[in-house]
Amino acid sequence: MSLFYSTLKYLAVTLWSMFVIAPFLWALTTSFKDFQSVTSGATYIPWVDFEPTLDGWRSLFKSPAQGGIAIVEPFFNSIIVTAAGSGISIILGTLAAYSLSRFTFRVGPIRNGDITFFFISQRIMPPVVLSIPFFIMLGKLGLLDTLFGLVLVYVVLLMPIAVWIMVDFFNKVPLEIDETALIDGCNPYQAFFKVVLPNSVPGIIVAGMFCMIFGWTDFFFAFILTFTEVQLLPVAIVALNSSITPWWSLSAAALVSVAPLVVVAFVVERYLSKGNLSGALK
Amino acid sequence: MNFKHKYMFLLPGLLVLLAILIFPIGFTVRLSLSSWDSFYPGLDFIGLENYVRLFTDDSRFWEAFGRLSLLSLTTVFLQYIIGFSLALLVWKEIRFQRLFRVLFLIPMMTTPVIMTVVWRTVFHESLGPVNDFFSLFGMQPLWLSSEILSKFTVILVEVWQWTPFMFLLLLAGLLSLPKEPYLAASIDGAGPVRTFVYVTFPLMAPISIGAIIIRLIEASKIMDTVYVLTSGGPGTSTETSSFYIFIKGLREFQFGYSAALSITYLIIMIISFTVIAKILVKLMVRGK
Repeated sequence: MSLFYSTLKYLAVTLWSMFVIAPFLWALTTSFKDFQSVTSGATYIPWVDFEPTLDGWRSLFKSPAQGGIAIVEPFFNSIIVTAAGSGISIILGTLAAYSLSRFTFRVGPIRNGDITFFFISQRIMPPVVLSIPFFIMLGKLGLLDTLFGLVLVYVVLLMPIAVWIMVDFFNKVPLEIDETALIDGCNPYQAFFKVVLPNSVPGIIVAGMFCMIFGWTDFFFAFILTFTEVQLLPVAIVALNSSITPWWSLSAAALVSVAPLVVVAFVVERYLSKGNLSGALK
Repeated sequence: MNFKHKYMFLLPGLLVLLAILIFPIGFTVRLSLSSWDSFYPGLDFIGLENYVRLFTDDSRFWEAFGRLSLLSLTTVFLQYIIGFSLALLVWKEIRFQRLFRVLFLIPMMTTPVIMTVVWRTVFHESLGPVNDFFSLFGMQPLWLSSEILSKFTVILVEVWQWTPFMFLLLLAGLLSLPKEPYLAASIDGAGPVRTFVYVTFPLMAPISIGAIIIRLIEASKIMDTVYVLTSGGPGTSTETSSFYIFIKGLREFQFGYSAALSITYLIIMIISFTVIAKILVKLMVRGK
């Protein structure tokens, strides 16, 4: 490999890395500013360019009445909704994916492929199309502005992802595994829970991570379907984005909300390097 | 294997999905035939009036749709080129390989709206760092409030956010490629460019098509970014279909009309994705 080529290669990855990191660095330095340092123009280095304060970080724990954003409750709401929505989607999605991968369905003109497509096609639906009927439906059921109502909606959002990843994963788990278990006297349920499922942990983890990503980062449904009782993290933070935006607390809150899933990036990379992801993602 | 048990596996998921979805879809269809708005809430029946209005008297919807096509095709194209390049760069030996891979994945783990709020401060026209840089050259580009540049900013943020997804799918694909074709290529004395054109790219074609379609589906929903970054403005210059439906439905409360918009939009989307998938297959899978 020529020196020129490898220099170019490192230059390219470094440039893209800088582009990736830039907004985080900007948010980090902004989170230590106050009104004075924000409005006096763009500054970058604390102590040199501006006098850092912890106001932004402190405001995360103050109630809105005190000019803060009380981020703790939305944070846990987000965790609950994401975890419950992902959990239900993974359980139902894995079962459905297993049946779609192993058995033949034939209902009139409908085949396995069509059922799988039905599951996955739900992703085509733009949130805005579903939001009005969901708004009316949850209102009728008294579930508007509740965690349970949001979990229901998130199941619709996330189950397609679980089915998509798990069908492909099960297609790559050899059929012999099930057959051996059945010959050994298991019924189909035992074969699935005792033999197939333990062999599918990598696929389930990948599907789980994707559900978590898409659940945690969703904004629109939480924005439309909740008001005051239940607030999710993205909604709480975007609410700050008004005409007089407190850049410092906004930046601090943004960093807090982004932190949990950065861990997921490390997990995904591990699976990628071990080659476990390629089977689950095609 | 074929048992009645198979339904025990399939039905829980299918029924839950159907139960949560049947009402919304059925209701949207019915709603699109009514004139429900904030003045006269109620499911009256006005036939296809909403659809007639949509096809004869609503250029704003079609403009938004054209804009959406432009934005999503451009972003996905850029994401594919950049994502594929990045995947190729960290595929083979490179120092700090794992660090770069993690870094390249990070943006897709972040919440789009929240990062867009941060981007808004980055592109702030008088207080942001981007214009701080440009002011060195005596320029003050209007990133968020000029018609052309605001589109560029939306594209840039979308590319930042979702290139990692493309990167992930393509890198996972690259890592699962068989070794034999490369051995054959190196025996034949093919250089890196020829190897890419004749081996890697054709082998990656199915994965590429899948990744592009998935990204197009997600990109067609562009909404959060637009809402936070520009609110569709200046004027309507960054307004996409979803955002227009949102304005009609949840800002102006023309529920009936926005339902008609939604149904039309969905049908157009399903048709275009089918066509695009066919075209991509024709373009990328040659011979055989």
